Amino acid sequence: MRMVATTDSLGAEADRHGIPLDARPKGRRHVGRWIAGVLVVALVAVIGVVFARSEIKWSEVPHYVVSSDLLNGVVGTLKLTLATMVLGIVLGTLIAVARQSANPLLRTVGTAYVWLFRGVPALVQLLLWFNIALVLPRIDLGPVYSGQTNQLMTPFVAALLGLGLSEAAYMAEIVRSGILSVPHGQVEAAKSMGMNNAMTMRRVVLPQAIPVIIPPTGNEFINMLKYTSLAFAVSYSDLLSQAQRIYTSNFEVMEVLLSATVWYLVLCTVCSLIQARIEKYFAAGASVSARARAKLEQGTI
Amino acid sequence: MTVMVSAQKVHKYFGNSHVLRGLSLDVHKGEVVCILGASGSGKSTFLRTINHLETIDSGRIYVEDILVGYEPRDGNLHELADRDVCKQRQHIGMVFQHFNLFGHRTVLENVVEGPVHVLGEDRKEVEKRAIALLTRVGLADYLHALPRTLSGGQQQRVAIARSLAMRPHLMLFDEPTSALDPELVAEVLSVIRDLAREGMTMVIVTHEVAFAREVADTILIMAEGVIIERGTPAEVLDSPQHERAKAFLASVLK
Repeated sequence: MRMVATTDSLGAEADRHGIPLDARPKGRRHVGRWIAGVLVVALVAVIGVVFARSEIKWSEVPHYVVSSDLLNGVVGTLKLTLATMVLGIVLGTLIAVARQSANPLLRTVGTAYVWLFRGVPALVQLLLWFNIALVLPRIDLGPVYSGQTNQLMTPFVAALLGLGLSEAAYMAEIVRSGILSVPHGQVEAAKSMGMNNAMTMRRVVLPQAIPVIIPPTGNEFINMLKYTSLAFAVSYSDLLSQAQRIYTSNFEVMEVLLSATVWYLVLCTVCSLIQARIEKYFAAGASVSARARAKLEQGTI
Repeated sequence: MTVMVSAQKVHKYFGNSHVLRGLSLDVHKGEVVCILGASGSGKSTFLRTINHLETIDSGRIYVEDILVGYEPRDGNLHELADRDVCKQRQHIGMVFQHFNLFGHRTVLENVVEGPVHVLGEDRKEVEKRAIALLTRVGLADYLHALPRTLSGGQQQRVAIARSLAMRPHLMLFDEPTSALDPELVAEVLSVIRDLAREGMTMVIVTHEVAFAREVADTILIMAEGVIIERGTPAEVLDSPQHERAKAFLASVLK
């Protein structure tokens, strides 16, 4: 017998449980969500009450947030973050390429660098650079630089070297994973048309590694915003040092630290937003040249 | 007739495995040589030694009378520096099984890349030539498309155009249709067929026996790193001498 289904007859029928066939099934009940929600609200309320009854002078916080001392600290933190990341990315890329090189000496140097600078805590490296004048009082690089080590090794330079050189070790691993993500066929195609190793790396491999490198680099950038606070150990004027400078004179320790916290959160939020934009940009067209993208968008042929 | 490629007693090892066992082959200018053989017979490896994508362990390979990849010095052969090998490869085109188009560049940029950046030619001129080549392979409508938006057959035709843009004297094809869906094979073969008609010297590693019969001047069958059968398509395909060649042909023609 042939079955003919008609939609209009469906509504009137009930199944063997007595429920109309066209009744929409109800979703699951999420009891756990309600319990978790109540617990979270309660916890936040408790913390809020505790802090509200504490002796923090909340009205002071906005005043410190825009104080010129903290603003200088924000500028210092941004300057140091930017400088260390530039050093880290440039040096890290060179080390990554060295580690992929056919030259065994370069490979060993690259591997040794990563081992050394990733193995020593950044704070220790920072202090080592800052105190290097104890063992090398004079630096003589001939025409490049010659003078007292203390004059060269300012807090900024010590922080830049301490943080930047160890950052390079991490960036090297990130860039290397990007290089490894590019299929070997790309290299063979480049070589078969007569490209040398350097050009193959520059024009074929690295551009295609960038979409893989960008997300973890954004992460490193945000980490570095916070790691620069280590520079307070060599009294570089970053956000934390400036905060410390204020509260050692007026003892409003928590108020000032919370104001610095506000700035760290603001900076990280801004960086996260920028990172999301950049990722979207590269996801849209991989790393296609701007010229090609313009044509793609116009739809011109 | 000018000899384009001359391979003499080429041996190659991958670790302990002896993949090329004393191969010798002459390819003349304008000749189309198709290499058949089971996978693992060394045919792709041999092709890749011709432009030094693979080193060799003994023997000699000459392309246009120039020793490929090595130079004689102090009574020994020494591998050439990267930049010298690059020079040798400039006029040897190669087409790969998996196309290997540059994924970050458009179709037109892929074709323009080599002549502009390797040969240092003028971009405007090269673009004209590239557009003509892409028109010829039927892809004039896709100049600014990204490779990954094209079908396999289209990508392979771009790859051929990319090689041709370098004005090669010799073209190497490494299983150019093996990664393609069956309905896309014909469009790629027809491009290669046109090249054969125009007198391009080609060495083609392929599994397409019917196609090899049609375009090849010479067919080789390889097994375990040696050439077990060579001759005109009729000789090799219709009356193979070697038992393994018969077995291979029976398996692919059934």
